[in-house]
Amino acid sequence: MKKGWIAYPYVVWLIMFIFVPLLLIVFYSVTKTTDQGIVFTLEHFQRFFEPIYIMVLLRSLYLALISTIICLLLGYPLAMILASKEYRHKRVLILLVVIPMWMNFLLRTYAWLTLLEKNGVINNFISFIGLPRMELLYNQGAVILGMVYNFLPFMVLPIYSVLIKIDKSIIEAAEDLGANSRVVFRKIIFPLSLPGVVSGITMVYMPAVTTFVISRLLGGGQFTLIGNLIEQQFLYTGEWGFGSALSLIMMILILFSMAIMSKYEKENEGGGLF
Amino acid sequence: MTNQEIIRLVDVSKTFDDTPVLKNINLYIRRNEFVTLLGPSGCGKTTTLRIIGGFEEPTTGKVLFEGKDITNLPPYKRKLNTVFQKYALFPHMNVAENIAFGLNIKKMDKNLIKEKVENMLNLVNLKGFENRSVDSLSGGQQQRVAIARALVNEPDVLLLDEPLGALDLKLRKGMQIELKNIQKKLGITFIYVTHDQEEALTMSDTIVVMNEGVIQQIGTPIDIYNEPKNAFVADFIGESNIIDGVMIEDYVVEFANHRFKCLDSGFEPNEKVDVVVRPEDVKLVPKGQGMIEGRVLSVLFKGVHYEMLVQSNGIKWLVHSTLMEPVDSIVGINILPDDIHIMKKVN
Repeated sequence: MKKGWIAYPYVVWLIMFIFVPLLLIVFYSVTKTTDQGIVFTLEHFQRFFEPIYIMVLLRSLYLALISTIICLLLGYPLAMILASKEYRHKRVLILLVVIPMWMNFLLRTYAWLTLLEKNGVINNFISFIGLPRMELLYNQGAVILGMVYNFLPFMVLPIYSVLIKIDKSIIEAAEDLGANSRVVFRKIIFPLSLPGVVSGITMVYMPAVTTFVISRLLGGGQFTLIGNLIEQQFLYTGEWGFGSALSLIMMILILFSMAIMSKYEKENEGGGLF
Repeated sequence: MTNQEIIRLVDVSKTFDDTPVLKNINLYIRRNEFVTLLGPSGCGKTTTLRIIGGFEEPTTGKVLFEGKDITNLPPYKRKLNTVFQKYALFPHMNVAENIAFGLNIKKMDKNLIKEKVENMLNLVNLKGFENRSVDSLSGGQQQRVAIARALVNEPDVLLLDEPLGALDLKLRKGMQIELKNIQKKLGITFIYVTHDQEEALTMSDTIVVMNEGVIQQIGTPIDIYNEPKNAFVADFIGESNIIDGVMIEDYVVEFANHRFKCLDSGFEPNEKVDVVVRPEDVKLVPKGQGMIEGRVLSVLFKGVHYEMLVQSNGIKWLVHSTLMEPVDSIVGINILPDDIHIMKKVN
């Protein structure tokens, strides 16, 4: 502890950029400026319970849930293939999963715009083979597509890293004791990979719930998610109080689900990516 | 042990990436036999076991089980069970669940499973460990669980892949005796892989000595020790003096500039041979009374005996004796005809 002073810059950083902003958010969420000055109020939180905003929250949770499920259904088999004997030593495949993550998030999402738009690559191809152009953008499907595309690696990697650590002799032992490949999966591989699944779900669901870029670009403003709503309060309508209240509610929801997840992971002696 | 054959390997060969690992293995194993595959690491003994277990397919050749070809049968359809080198217990199950795994797959009655698991835990001295998690167990206890997990399925054959390799010496000795007792009690065929020659000699009915993918010798422990077929077996099983010699005529061999009487015949006159003498068969006698003479180079105390190196005519003899001769003393060496083993040179 002699060199504790090394941490001082970090402490300053922590106070300036995390602690103070958080306090400000709490402050804004429970106050409003009236003629008498700044007064305490809970009306921002009350406002959240209006049906229209509850709908936004539910829609966010729902779309994130759908995306997470699709990511899991696509990601688990992919992780299994990558971890299988045949591909285990082919690092290129893992690289293919990781490379998109090196590119800017916005850029990747914009790329989908040019693919899906009315005069985009896919529609051009469709009309080339003589079919009518389709409305591919600005609907729920496009938003889910964007989420799945952007967050799939976050599902694949933790599952992959758990699967690759499963001792091959455990699987052989199960086969030896009479388990065919279906039973081996159900009783051995899947239960042992659960920590990876849990951290995969966490890492996809959290950003999917709070995203506002994907829904704005691919949803075309018709799909206001909780992230968009918060963004609006700060950038357009100037209702910082309501925006702060929304942020706090989201934070509490996320903390809550993280707590559940981490408790589950601890129980299973989780490996996971982190 | 009966004479009824249970497993037979016919001309089994295996190559990994163009490297031959097994070359034309022919072997049969009888019911209730304790067979040990013995050899240095990389000799192909584990591969042989894995082919019997169904985890590897032979490149050529056949595996017969009770006369039926099972070469392409997957492991889960074979009537044998395996105890793996690193136990390979299921980490997400407790001791009882691990042992019951095979029975649950067979959809056996729950009460019967419980009873069988209990019997097994008694057999391997782990009574009361049912609900313990496997990683709270010591290495020896984990190994017992692995053995119980395999035996509870009442297999005809139990395969054991260096099961005691990770245990310390004392525990290993204890487990050797326990395993042998279990095998006798249940009357199951054991196929046991080890590189520890002492373990093989202690436990086996039959030892199969392997080297570089080839079976060197098959025989009882006593045969293998007393009548090694070639210099490799002699060297691998126990310690040996292996010396170049010349077969002068039947029953006479020359080495160390001396003609010795021996019990071997049927060689060409003046054929070059390997002469094998066990260290305990080199008898040291007072100077002038021996067939040859030598000077003691070093003495090590080994507990039961002294291990000495005696130089004589350019040959360094390894000698085990309960009597110590001081370093630099001159001693006589006697070797009886009985203790001289003549082997054809392999090249």
